[in-house]
Amino acid sequence: MKELKLLKGNEAISEAAIRAGADAYFGYPITPQSEILEYLMAEKPHERTGMVVLQAESEVAAINMVYGGAACGRKILTSSSSPGISLKQEGLSYIAGSELPCLVVNVVRGGPGLGTIQPSQSDYFQATKGGGHGDYRLIVLAPSSVQEMADFVKLGFDLAFKYRNPAMILTDGAIGQMMEKVWLEEQQPRMTEFPEWATTGKKPGKERRIVTSLDLDSAMQEKFNRKLQEKYRKMEENEVRFEEIDCEDAEYLLVAYGTSARICQKSVKIAREKGIKVGLLRPITLFPFPKNKIKEMAGKVKGILSVEMSAGQMVEDIRISVEGKVKVDHFGRMGGIIHSSEEIVTALEQKIIGG
Amino acid sequence: MAEQITNKDIAREENLVFKRTGVLTDKVMHYCPGCGHGTVHRLIAEVIEEMNIQSDCIGVTPVGCSVLMYNYLDVDMQEAAHGRAPALATAIKRLQPDKFVFTYQGDGDLAAIGTAETIHAANRGENFTIFFINNGIYGMTGGQMAPTTLPEMKSSTSPYGRDVKMMGNPLKMTELVAQLPGTYYVTRQAVHTPRDVRKAKKAIRKAFENQKLEKGLSLVEIVSNCNSGWKMTPVQANEWMVENMFPFYPLGDLKVDGEMAK
Repeated sequence: MKELKLLKGNEAISEAAIRAGADAYFGYPITPQSEILEYLMAEKPHERTGMVVLQAESEVAAINMVYGGAACGRKILTSSSSPGISLKQEGLSYIAGSELPCLVVNVVRGGPGLGTIQPSQSDYFQATKGGGHGDYRLIVLAPSSVQEMADFVKLGFDLAFKYRNPAMILTDGAIGQMMEKVWLEEQQPRMTEFPEWATTGKKPGKERRIVTSLDLDSAMQEKFNRKLQEKYRKMEENEVRFEEIDCEDAEYLLVAYGTSARICQKSVKIAREKGIKVGLLRPITLFPFPKNKIKEMAGKVKGILSVEMSAGQMVEDIRISVEGKVKVDHFGRMGGIIHSSEEIVTALEQKIIGG
Repeated sequence: MAEQITNKDIAREENLVFKRTGVLTDKVMHYCPGCGHGTVHRLIAEVIEEMNIQSDCIGVTPVGCSVLMYNYLDVDMQEAAHGRAPALATAIKRLQPDKFVFTYQGDGDLAAIGTAETIHAANRGENFTIFFINNGIYGMTGGQMAPTTLPEMKSSTSPYGRDVKMMGNPLKMTELVAQLPGTYYVTRQAVHTPRDVRKAKKAIRKAFENQKLEKGLSLVEIVSNCNSGWKMTPVQANEWMVENMFPFYPLGDLKVDGEMAK
């Protein structure tokens, strides 16, 4: 039976992971996401489900523990915030290059560098374009509520295993820290059977399993890269998720995800009270990006404003999707500052309607 | 006159006194002639066979000359990023505590880029085995200075010899790791003579068997040569190793059954 609880976004991730039957969490403390590890340690999941929880010596070690565990065919979770996620990029590239599933949570804070500890959305490029070296993508889910923080843990694991590819929950310090009521799924058992590629010890008479991303033959390496690209095209065909709010009669469109999307809901109301027909498209998967939906909307509206807590990153994907059909601009605050609903409406009026 | 004995008569099952272990694959090894990697691979494979743990073994290979070890050992293996093998092994062993888990790492991998992973896995007392091949040089990338390169030793990035004032001192990781409460067995061996090969094999076996005791990490360092990187013949390289490497990296046990050796 589902259970209703009042939790922080970060805590919801942890509780949902235990309930999803995760086998291990490896992480390193960093604000604003340390509650994920703290909650797990306090909950003693080794007693609840046998789940392993370990505080690693660094984010680098943590992601490589994820790699080792994922290669055993297990459901492995890690989490961090922006500077720590940068440290994990090498490992993520290896995990993608070895076709392993795992789930990574990035509770984004303002950057660059050590930046701030306040919420931001400035890791969009890093999350959606690969992040580490080589041609690979992550499946990127963008929750806008504590409920989605919990729900996307199971979804993230399911997609990661379906495609044998790392998945990321890209959220921010606001959703990580805020408390909301959340319906939690009932406890799922941990896996007892593992995929055929998992290193669980060579069975007599069977081939050994080798997990590697190395191929010294460039023709084979290219062939493998084509296989990866085919996988990403399948994700684009099958896994695009988004939410439409007041889009039916919209003359102008806001596109925003996560915390920005919540603020934009209020902006839509304010604008409509002023007689401006505004809709909101909220991408839920940032990769695969809802480019077909945005292309379709570009044929219906007079202009599109991308609202992000960044200097404008997702706006580039919107521009590519729109193919120059309508005006596209960006509005956003940076460095841990969150925009107000009112200033978004003003930006829409100045940059799109009046501009 | 007695009947002629042919080769066919000799090569019969009952006359067989030695064969290559089945835990090694048929793949021809890529190592330079005279290199210690092939010998150590075979010793590990023989121990796995003798302990009958082939189906319970998971190995982690490094970045370096032995990156392709998984081509030669017939057990499940994972290929780590440079230096990170102890992190992978930590997860593998914690998720599958009944398996025999080992890493195989060179000096650059274990004692430079992977220093943190090595020390912290050892300090946590992770219950797996590290095989550490120390040849004092980065072999695969073409003979650059390693953390274990001896003072005054020439390499492609210390072409006039390692000047410790400028380039720092060689790091004795095995001595360092032996101090940590999480290690149970720490030893330094070599494989350049039949006697040393036999001793090294005993150490490898002990290191594997320790995993059943669940008392912490076992580390077996093998001081080896890199004749191509050192720009010597295999024989010269072994002689140079005995004369120069062994005084700096003395062979023998550093810690046995959790107690520092005298």
